[in-house]
Amino acid sequence: MTTREETNRAIARHERNAAARRGVRRVAVFLVFLVVLSILYTGYKAFGSAVDDAQTDLPVVGRILPRTDDLTMPPLLDIAVEFGQPPQRNSSKPLGAFIGEAALFTLREAAFGFLLGAVLGLGLAIFMLRKKWFERGLSPYLVASQTVPLVAIAPIIVIWGSKSLGWLPFTWEPWMSVSIIATYLTFFPVAMNGIKGLQSADAAAMELMRSYAATRRQTLLKLQLPASMPYLFAAFKLAATVAIVGAIVGEISGGVRGGLGRLILDYASRYTTGPPRLYASVVGAAVLGILAVGVVTLLEYVAVTRRQAARGAR
Amino acid sequence: MLFTNRKRAAKWLIVVAVFAMIAAACGSDEGDTTELTPVTLQMQWFTQAQFAGYYAAVAEGYYEDAGLDVTILEGGVDIVPATVIESGAADFALSWVIRALGPREEGANVTNISQIFERSATLQVSFADQGITTPADLAGKNVGNWGFGNEAELFAGLRQAGLDPNTDVNLVQQQFDMLALIAGDIDAAQAMTYNEYAQVLETINPATGELFQPEDLSVIDWNDVGTAMLQDGIWADADRLADDPAYRETAVKFVEASIRGWVFCRDNFDECVQHVLDAGPTLGESHQRWMLNEINNLIWPASSGVGTMDPNLWNQTIKNAVDGAVLKGEPAAGAYITDINAEALANLRADGVDVDGNGWTPLTIELTEGGE
Repeated sequence: MTTREETNRAIARHERNAAARRGVRRVAVFLVFLVVLSILYTGYKAFGSAVDDAQTDLPVVGRILPRTDDLTMPPLLDIAVEFGQPPQRNSSKPLGAFIGEAALFTLREAAFGFLLGAVLGLGLAIFMLRKKWFERGLSPYLVASQTVPLVAIAPIIVIWGSKSLGWLPFTWEPWMSVSIIATYLTFFPVAMNGIKGLQSADAAAMELMRSYAATRRQTLLKLQLPASMPYLFAAFKLAATVAIVGAIVGEISGGVRGGLGRLILDYASRYTTGPPRLYASVVGAAVLGILAVGVVTLLEYVAVTRRQAARGAR
Repeated sequence: MLFTNRKRAAKWLIVVAVFAMIAAACGSDEGDTTELTPVTLQMQWFTQAQFAGYYAAVAEGYYEDAGLDVTILEGGVDIVPATVIESGAADFALSWVIRALGPREEGANVTNISQIFERSATLQVSFADQGITTPADLAGKNVGNWGFGNEAELFAGLRQAGLDPNTDVNLVQQQFDMLALIAGDIDAAQAMTYNEYAQVLETINPATGELFQPEDLSVIDWNDVGTAMLQDGIWADADRLADDPAYRETAVKFVEASIRGWVFCRDNFDECVQHVLDAGPTLGESHQRWMLNEINNLIWPASSGVGTMDPNLWNQTIKNAVDGAVLKGEPAAGAYITDINAEALANLRADGVDVDGNGWTPLTIELTEGGE
């Protein structure tokens, strides 16, 4: 006869194993896709070279479809090797270290922007939930704010930041202006999904809260916010990537040094002298994006999935 | 109700305070420079040897000797130096003449106080087998240009050769790399002597397996054709110059110390390159050496003292820009002034500084693959 505790332990063990299997499967799928993409890239390149070598002058490759020479599509191995090569003659620091440092710099800009944007977006959502007229009146402006081209506002923000924020108790650094740009992109999905999520609370549950004479704040904290979590985390994932894109674009157009944007721009403008460098820095940006979403997903797991699981077990 | 509001307000205050503290912890401490006049210089682009003289003036203490504490702001893709001066975020800016006169037409009251570069660095580069050595040879070819006003010298050269830029050549919008030229999409590409031209020479020629050689290329130099336009100069806020005697005095000191920096870079090539490298460009030493040599070539020898505006070249610049519809018309009076640079030169000459560089000859710089 098994005790209840033993059963629970068995269930827990089973769940752990299942989670581990899911993790392995996820990594496997990721790797398979990596291999498939590499084969497609290399295969197309080989096809293009073969056509070229045969002097058949196929009008498709190099006209409609991209060229396949090493300048346009450097071999994948070259890109991988490039990470370990020093990009500057006077130092032995490998490109990978340059990209890593730049990625951390960009991550800091994006992270501050993301946090500020998330707080701002959620605050707006809560306020819009309370005041319907506010939501209706403000929505067009929120939408309009996102259609303003980033390249137009980025230099304005950077110039304004360096000029007008001297009164702050700390030195306003250019990267903080880039964080503002990331904030600008981040708050929108959070506000939009936030309001939808807050409104998604079950009507019957809302009735119940009312029958308990719960205050608005209690309703918000105990019912509406938990209900909005899936929506919010969907928005956070989107926001994490746009914060990084925003930071990179902000660096490029505002002329802020130290991050991936500058690196990409520099390597792009010297493209012919080392195509793998540009590809490597773009890979760095992609990895950064994946990491950012990964962190949000982890938080989601802690905040939502595990709680739901705990509630289910009870 | 009031109570909860206050509690909430207190919470927000804490959040804000925490953010401020984190940000403050990240901020760097500035040294105590109360006795020096703070000056901000806006560059047109990122740290590179194109701006070597200013970095050298900082590193060699020339600005400090003049009582200035100079902060150099890097440029960006969308940063227009003249606009930055107008906004008050910078005291002086480096800009091509045309790139500053555009915003000036829109009302940014800036003025050129020192025209450091006497020559244009823009070339039209093609492979030698194309046989393009004069603007007339461009007829019917795919001619690359960057647009945004960079095409004005090219267009003026074409018109001078009796060609209509819009019908007699096939204009191609060019990226800022040289891939299109090497791939053959463009027959003649725009290139700066100190940048893109070197990039081609740092690229392996697939036909030989070696780097491209200068003999493989032919260049059209707009200085020789006679349609060159003025490039890097120092710009200041014209309204402040008129109203604020202290600012004008600072301007003289700034130009004087900057010229000292350029003289240093002419006479101490290796040390100057090191100053640029110390300022943290992304691109390595080989690039910076090539670039500084070419930049020196644009400044030295200076026909009538470095920084002196040549009215003929100014007029040629304006004419090309107006003919090419880059500017709407002749700039209003006061677009450049010569007294500040003249004062700086007089001080330097009195100090025994060679501001003409008549004895200067370019070095031969060897490029490496990828320009590391």
